[in-house]
Amino acid sequence: MHQATLTQVRDKLRKKEISSVELTKAFFKRIEAVDSKVGAYLHLIEDEALEQAKSADRKIKSGEDAPLLGVPLAIKDLICMQGVKTTCASRILENFVAPYDATVMKKLKEAGAVILGKVNMDEFAMGSSNENSAFHLARNPWNFDHVAGGSSGGSAAAVAAQECVASLGSDTGGSIRQPAAFCGVTGLKPTYGRVSRFGLVAFASSLDQIGPITRTVEDSALMLNVISGHDPMDSTSAEVEVPDFVGGLERDLKGLTVGIPKEYFADGLDAEVEKAVRAGIQQLQSLGMKTVEVSLPHTEHAVATYYILACAEASTNLSRYDGVRFGNRSEESDSLFNMYTNTREEGFGEEVKRRILLGTFVLSSGYYDAYYLKGQKVRTLIKQDFDRAFEVCDVIAGPVSPVPAFKIGEKMEDPLQMYLSDIYTISANLAGLPGLSIPCGQSSGKLPIGLQLLAKTFDEATLLAVGHGYQQATDHHTRFPEL
Amino acid sequence: MSASGFDVQTVAFLARLKLSLEEEDRLGRQFEQILAHIDKLNTLDTSNVEPTSHAIPLQNVFREDKAETRFPDEDYLSLSPAQYKDHYEVPQIIG
Repeated sequence: MHQATLTQVRDKLRKKEISSVELTKAFFKRIEAVDSKVGAYLHLIEDEALEQAKSADRKIKSGEDAPLLGVPLAIKDLICMQGVKTTCASRILENFVAPYDATVMKKLKEAGAVILGKVNMDEFAMGSSNENSAFHLARNPWNFDHVAGGSSGGSAAAVAAQECVASLGSDTGGSIRQPAAFCGVTGLKPTYGRVSRFGLVAFASSLDQIGPITRTVEDSALMLNVISGHDPMDSTSAEVEVPDFVGGLERDLKGLTVGIPKEYFADGLDAEVEKAVRAGIQQLQSLGMKTVEVSLPHTEHAVATYYILACAEASTNLSRYDGVRFGNRSEESDSLFNMYTNTREEGFGEEVKRRILLGTFVLSSGYYDAYYLKGQKVRTLIKQDFDRAFEVCDVIAGPVSPVPAFKIGEKMEDPLQMYLSDIYTISANLAGLPGLSIPCGQSSGKLPIGLQLLAKTFDEATLLAVGHGYQQATDHHTRFPEL
Repeated sequence: MSASGFDVQTVAFLARLKLSLEEEDRLGRQFEQILAHIDKLNTLDTSNVEPTSHAIPLQNVFREDKAETRFPDEDYLSLSPAQYKDHYEVPQIIG
């Protein structure tokens, strides 16, 4: 039952073949058995989850229905859930209890979901390996010596290790897609504005987007149906129609065109990753899709652009952690200035400090035009690359990450190398595009490899239909690690 | 001060961050590398390119000017590390 998809779990609950309480207890047992090795969870909410499960069972009994009624989920610990700790895996928010529900939490609760707990991440979503969590590592369930990926490492590891049915993560530069690829699960970053960010602790506001991590594309579609939509509480959430993403999955793929960006198969791409991704594209061809080579000439500048813009936004967003209104405050504070600096020194880890410093620098007087404005202009060029590419194709296919999950500690001493590992995912955030990561093979070291699909803004329907078609024809997504 | 103009102490002051000498040294060296990578953007001519601040075109959105009750003040105040009556408390600012 731990390995069942969300769709299967929901059907079993509806048919009363299993109760939500039984299922929820089984997941807590599973978490107890494996999470000391995986490290996916930061905190469990057992009592509340069992209450939600009981309530779901009562509703099912009385014939009520809702899209996620009784389904146990895990939530990345930067999404606010009322009355529950939201730490962002940071010391500075170690004791922060959210006073309200994020809009996505409200929607999940209304849909009947059972929330098992909050899952691990890189501190404030800054990282690509989950090694920046202030509390503990999340390890890759396929090989504990390797990283789970980041920043939504806990969200991906929890799904892969069968410690929940599905989870929510967030993606600023690849933070859903890369850990999903590393852990062999399905990850969806929706179009910027598709899902409300209200109650999502901000890292880089023009790039952040919440999305699901699941076992299948079908499950992602189901989750997206629940969490999408305009929200008056988030003025950047888009007032666009939300189609039935599940209903659109069975679309005929014949006649659709896959764009293959030549820059995504250049130097630095691991040979095994390339082989698996090219085989994935061949599979799409055998489903009746055409392929065309496209060019995204500014790809090599995406990482630099991203680190200017994301760090600039982060330095501004994180200025709120000053020990006054929420979070921890340093005990050593004889003056207001020292209180700020001591609080931030004690509360932030090194990666967060690094990004705040970089962001402060690029926004500072005398450097703004040379860095921040330049970054915004190159962002335009990156966006135009995609506009041109999508004139001749419906989806773009390529690798998620240049390598499979790397070893723990391997990139920690060299932040630039860590940043460069996000080369294929970052552009989608800069351009606001939806992106999907699906398992497409394994390395000789038995580590999963991910295929990335990108689509036009607000065209998740096509993205999901292609991903679903691929999963109907393949079995990479049905593999589980032995724990 | 380095060639890029990045002075770790000045920037740390602006960002209200305190760094140990060892951190200053390590971060300073890392920033040299990171900024050298970023400086490659200067090979692009962007003189006629408009900047993008949001990927999806946004218009300023005004909601109807209607008062709403959200949460009681004390719910927010109780999140703070130090309070005095119904205020946030901080170390003395004016001597």
